[in-house]
Amino acid sequence: MEFKTPTSPHIHSGASVSRVMLLVIAAMIPGIAVYVGYFGWGVVINILLAIVTALACEAGMLIIRKRPVLPFLYDGSALVTAFLLALALPPIAPWWIVVLGAAFAIIIAKQLYGGLGYNPFNPAMAGYVMLLVSFPIEMTRWQAPLVNSETSLSFIDSWNIIFSGIAEKIGDNITDAITMATPLDNLKTELRLDQSVEQIINGNPLFSHLAGLGWEWINIAFLVGGLFLIYKRIISWHIPVAVLATIAVLSGVFYLIDADKFSSPMIHLLSGATMLGAFFIATDPVSATSSNPGRIIYGVGIGIFIYVIRTWGGYPDAVAFSVLLMNMVAPTIDYYVKPRVFGHKK
Amino acid sequence: MSDTRKIINDGLWTNNPALVQILGLCPLLAVSSTVINALGLGLATTLTLVSSNLVVSLIRNQTRPEIRIPVFVLIIAAVVTAIELSMNAFFHELYLVLGIFIPLIVTNCVIIARAEAFASKNSPGASVLDGLMMGIGFTAVLVVLGGLREVIGQGTLFANAHLMFGELGYNMTITLIEDYRGFLLAILPPGAFMLLGFMIAIKNVIDARRKRAASAVILTAPVGA
Repeated sequence: MEFKTPTSPHIHSGASVSRVMLLVIAAMIPGIAVYVGYFGWGVVINILLAIVTALACEAGMLIIRKRPVLPFLYDGSALVTAFLLALALPPIAPWWIVVLGAAFAIIIAKQLYGGLGYNPFNPAMAGYVMLLVSFPIEMTRWQAPLVNSETSLSFIDSWNIIFSGIAEKIGDNITDAITMATPLDNLKTELRLDQSVEQIINGNPLFSHLAGLGWEWINIAFLVGGLFLIYKRIISWHIPVAVLATIAVLSGVFYLIDADKFSSPMIHLLSGATMLGAFFIATDPVSATSSNPGRIIYGVGIGIFIYVIRTWGGYPDAVAFSVLLMNMVAPTIDYYVKPRVFGHKK
Repeated sequence: MSDTRKIINDGLWTNNPALVQILGLCPLLAVSSTVINALGLGLATTLTLVSSNLVVSLIRNQTRPEIRIPVFVLIIAAVVTAIELSMNAFFHELYLVLGIFIPLIVTNCVIIARAEAFASKNSPGASVLDGLMMGIGFTAVLVVLGGLREVIGQGTLFANAHLMFGELGYNMTITLIEDYRGFLLAILPPGAFMLLGFMIAIKNVIDARRKRAASAVILTAPVGA
């Protein structure tokens, strides 16, 4: 695909692609640490599997396309894709889910469109949505936060679950013991049964003070990492602020209208993939819009889609769908929101 | 290359309706989820192409150019109606599975394109051959795509073959992968788009290789040979 280069100035901050990518990964570390704390080593195994698959596919495709292999592997973009995809998957997903998703993300969503800089869709999210649409059972089987359940998961346990599906073979006892709906999923199912939000949350072991147990701290950790990226000028504030403000305003308005049927802004902001999506996924420099006013429109669009799909749609969370939908219109937004060229009138 | 060989070559490969002209995508993508569905629709389309090409070619000297398109459309609609009714009579279950896509053959651009581009300018014999070859080319792509989608999507081949082959068909279903969980993407339309894209890419690769091989032969041929 061809994308128009935005107007000047093209001042370069001296940041190379690999430095940007490494800082992005560094900023994810607090989030990943909290995630591992609540959900066990499956997260790390998923990340490693995704990295190996993504790098292998990237190298293979570069060789087929007769492009230099090492410079593109070192730029770290495949690495970031692998991290984002792995963080979006359930920590007890079987290994082939991760491998298939990472391969799809790199081969089809990235390299077939021309590689880094040419992919119209966020590769990690394309891979995630492909998995979610194709394997709904594996993709919606989440485990309960470890602090909550009696079973503990050692590294070996997670390894066995991911590679041999041992939980399924022994019987449903173990699977039942460690799997549980995510807070957003639970909220959605119960709301359909005409329960009020307060009834659902009170005394429910899935929920804690602010939002879902575990999820609130994972989201806060990703928020911290995101703020670090803004401080380092790796991402601009426009997209995350637009996404989060839109979710907050929309959920706030509906919460004020009917607090029984619509969950609070706090739950929306600190549940699921909100923070990871706003700071790390939506800000992908390739598939997002490129001007600041464009970024605001893009972020607001993602926020609206997230809230609408979460509240009225068929899926409990919607970051991936929202990002892909706005990826589709990003070139159009860029076309209409052209910054004024220096020395010209609007 | 003789005319006959050119017509055959065009329909099956060089100007394949699905891989090169990219015509008739709607039924191609919607119905190709299993081999049997694909084969059923492919054969119906082939039959339509042959019949409509024949009739259009026979009346080509009597039709005024100003009204040729409506006349073609009427002929195609009549042919498709006849095929639809006979499928309903003889392959009722298959007819129910393919549903709206049988009458929709009328709108398949391959058929009007061949009527306009070929049959209205050529003899009945050549037009029938052209219709047959375009039809087979279309059916072949449809069946390969259906096979890929069926194997990847549900791990079987020739599922529901009894719709087409009656009692015999019950034994035709091959389960390639036992206990397959199914890969829904291949069954859904996006999977069809992607697989068709890969098929077009493979065809282009083969063409490019052939061209390179051919030009290499010319270059190395001795001067004056």
